[in-house]
Amino acid sequence: MLTKRIIPCLDVKDGSVVKGTNFVNLQYAGDPVGLAKRYNQEGADELVFLDITASVEKRKTIVSLVRKVAAEVFIPFTVGGGINSVEEIQEILAAGADKVSLNTAAVRNPALIAEASKRFGSQAVVVAIDAKRKPVCAADTTGTAEAACWEVFVNGGRTPTGLDAVEWARKAENLGAGEILLTSMDCDGTKNGFDLELCKAVSCAVNIPIIASGGAGKASDFADAFSKGGADAALAASLFHYQELAISEVKECCAEQGIPMRCVQ
Amino acid sequence: MIAIVDYGAGNIASVRNALQKLGFESNATCDPEEILAADRVILPGVGSFGFLMQSLRKKGLDKTIVQSINQGAPFLGICLGMQALFEESEESPGVVGLGVFNGKVVRFRKGKVPQIGWNEVVPSGKGSGKGRNKDDANTLFNNGFAYFVNSFYCTPADSSIVAAKTDYYGDFACAVQKGNITAVQFHPEKSGDWGLAFLKRWAGC
Repeated sequence: MLTKRIIPCLDVKDGSVVKGTNFVNLQYAGDPVGLAKRYNQEGADELVFLDITASVEKRKTIVSLVRKVAAEVFIPFTVGGGINSVEEIQEILAAGADKVSLNTAAVRNPALIAEASKRFGSQAVVVAIDAKRKPVCAADTTGTAEAACWEVFVNGGRTPTGLDAVEWARKAENLGAGEILLTSMDCDGTKNGFDLELCKAVSCAVNIPIIASGGAGKASDFADAFSKGGADAALAASLFHYQELAISEVKECCAEQGIPMRCVQ
Repeated sequence: MIAIVDYGAGNIASVRNALQKLGFESNATCDPEEILAADRVILPGVGSFGFLMQSLRKKGLDKTIVQSINQGAPFLGICLGMQALFEESEESPGVVGLGVFNGKVVRFRKGKVPQIGWNEVVPSGKGSGKGRNKDDANTLFNNGFAYFVNSFYCTPADSSIVAAKTDYYGDFACAVQKGNITAVQFHPEKSGDWGLAFLKRWAGC
């Protein structure tokens, strides 16, 4: 049976790993290749590198990082952050990344998803969605209950788009996205658990894997993302790299609840 | 020297990196002479069945691969490189595969497609080459988790070549083996230590 994946995320700036809380306040946390190796040993199923470098050297730095990681770590990894052309995607994949994640560029130019998936295959194209719960929600179609809804934000969570997260996920799938990396902006950094409702809503709307992100604080949060949120993978950053929680603990907790996991000795 | 068939779309970098890490020399090439002279040949695969076959045919590499196999060089097909060994695929109707094995490549009809992630490889104890006996310490296939990314899977007409199976809403052949031919649906180059150990056994057997 296909196992559920636990994915540590490494936020990278100028070649170093940093971690943001609520999308601001960056703190240094380590060397990307070293951390990637450590995560591999600890049983991470996959890695995500999110490049938040803003400098003109950005592309060079990330390509060199991808090369270094690919030569040392033999599990799949995704690179995201400011990628906005097929040429950039090509360069990152050729350097050894398995997938790229597209966020702002995909919203601004949805055709990029189609172009990239056609050229590199859907499996290489992850669409990252930063979603924020709307304070006032429209009534659902039956008119009997308030339906929860979420708005898509871009530019690292700074710019609202007016897009509905569930609708956008559906569109991304139709355009050829292979996976959805779904971050709850409300839960991110809180350690109070993933937004299970958001996760469930998107997971039910599409037939591609969902990576739940934002809010993990304890092992059982991951189990909930899988069993209640319908996620196929779950992602966390600071929790893992400050070693507040071991990947093995997360996997044991999920396995005890009957969730299929890849267990590594 | 291991020749990695470079037809222009496969994930050559990952396979090369893994072999390098293991201390095996490899050469990514689309030159038929180099492929025929290699000790071993790997056909990696990313892209579509139709694109792969078209790319191989354009360079005459379809014939080269079959010739290399007939000469007895150990061959490893990875992912699409496994599917290419069969006759045809639902992914690209009308496109003829290498036809080294009889059978079709079909699409998953249940679950999320593609299958993305780690799934269990269960050796069947079949296959006529090395690694035939699952109790043999030198067996090529042992039980473990491998990384898969596939929407399609092979359905070999001859079930005796199925060396390992994986369950994705039902069992499918995740590895086949016959004589000098080994082919796997998973990505050993992305399957962590288990995958590296598999590659090491294959390249060293």
